[in-house]
Amino acid sequence: MKFTWWKILCILLMFFTFTAGFLVKVPYVGNLYQSIRNFFFHVPMWFGQIVLLTLSLAYSIAYLRKQNIRYDIYAAEFAKTGIIFGVLGLATGSIWATYTWGEPWSNDPKQIAAAIAVLIYLAYVVLRGSMNDIDKKARVSAVYNIFAYFIYIPLIMILPRLVQSLHPGGMEGAKGGGNPALSGGSIDAAMRMVFWPAVIGWVILGIWISNLKIRLNILSHKNLIDG
Amino acid sequence: MVNAIFKRCCFIAAFSFSSLFLFAQASDSTGVSVDTIMRSNDKIYVVMAVCLTILVVLFLYMVRIDRKVSKKEKSF
Repeated sequence: MKFTWWKILCILLMFFTFTAGFLVKVPYVGNLYQSIRNFFFHVPMWFGQIVLLTLSLAYSIAYLRKQNIRYDIYAAEFAKTGIIFGVLGLATGSIWATYTWGEPWSNDPKQIAAAIAVLIYLAYVVLRGSMNDIDKKARVSAVYNIFAYFIYIPLIMILPRLVQSLHPGGMEGAKGGGNPALSGGSIDAAMRMVFWPAVIGWVILGIWISNLKIRLNILSHKNLIDG
Repeated sequence: MVNAIFKRCCFIAAFSFSSLFLFAQASDSTGVSVDTIMRSNDKIYVVMAVCLTILVVLFLYMVRIDRKVSKKEKSF
């Protein structure tokens, strides 16, 4: 197994998240009650997605610079794992929202933006599937991926903060009011001790899953890749 | 060779905790058992157990896939 220590770290961090996440004493905030513990599972998964899609962007740029098909495989698989995390994030968010905001889909700006972002990345996969010429596919999808990333970041990071949002970090005066969401006193110290290890755990898990698919893909395209 | 050691370690790890269940049954009479812990705090530990079970199997599966891919990579 490659990068064994990273994987062991991932397993340890995830088990820490899934035990401490249930055991740690949480503050009572609004109508969240115990569902505030979702903060250790739903939110770090989105953090993982941001890292995966950033890696995807980096490899797309690397492909355009070096024209190495290996980088194209990296970019594609990171983006695909990012989509999986995004779909899971939307699903878990909907479950959480049902019992805190009253309905699974309340047209919250962040919900809509996240859904659009997932659709943009799904279009990336569709685009890749529509071309047979491998070099052309790699080049066009790398360009599209760069475009997708720079619309994805404003969609999930900037636009929801400009309007009223149910998510924390929305415009002042909204239910979740106040910006930013994660720094300073807006998160309990005990929760922070679980939250950040959880973020690292989810990030490594995402990279691990992508790594498996990348290696499989490289094996099946062995005849195209030098060395 | 390494695979055999890994298998043996997994086997030992899997069955070394079987005594815990025996202990749980024996201490039933004293009142504190796994059962009472699981039912405490609005049964939140049941959710924890479910999540941990999923996580254990997920990671075992991922390690298995990883090892298979590694083997294929070596044979190329």
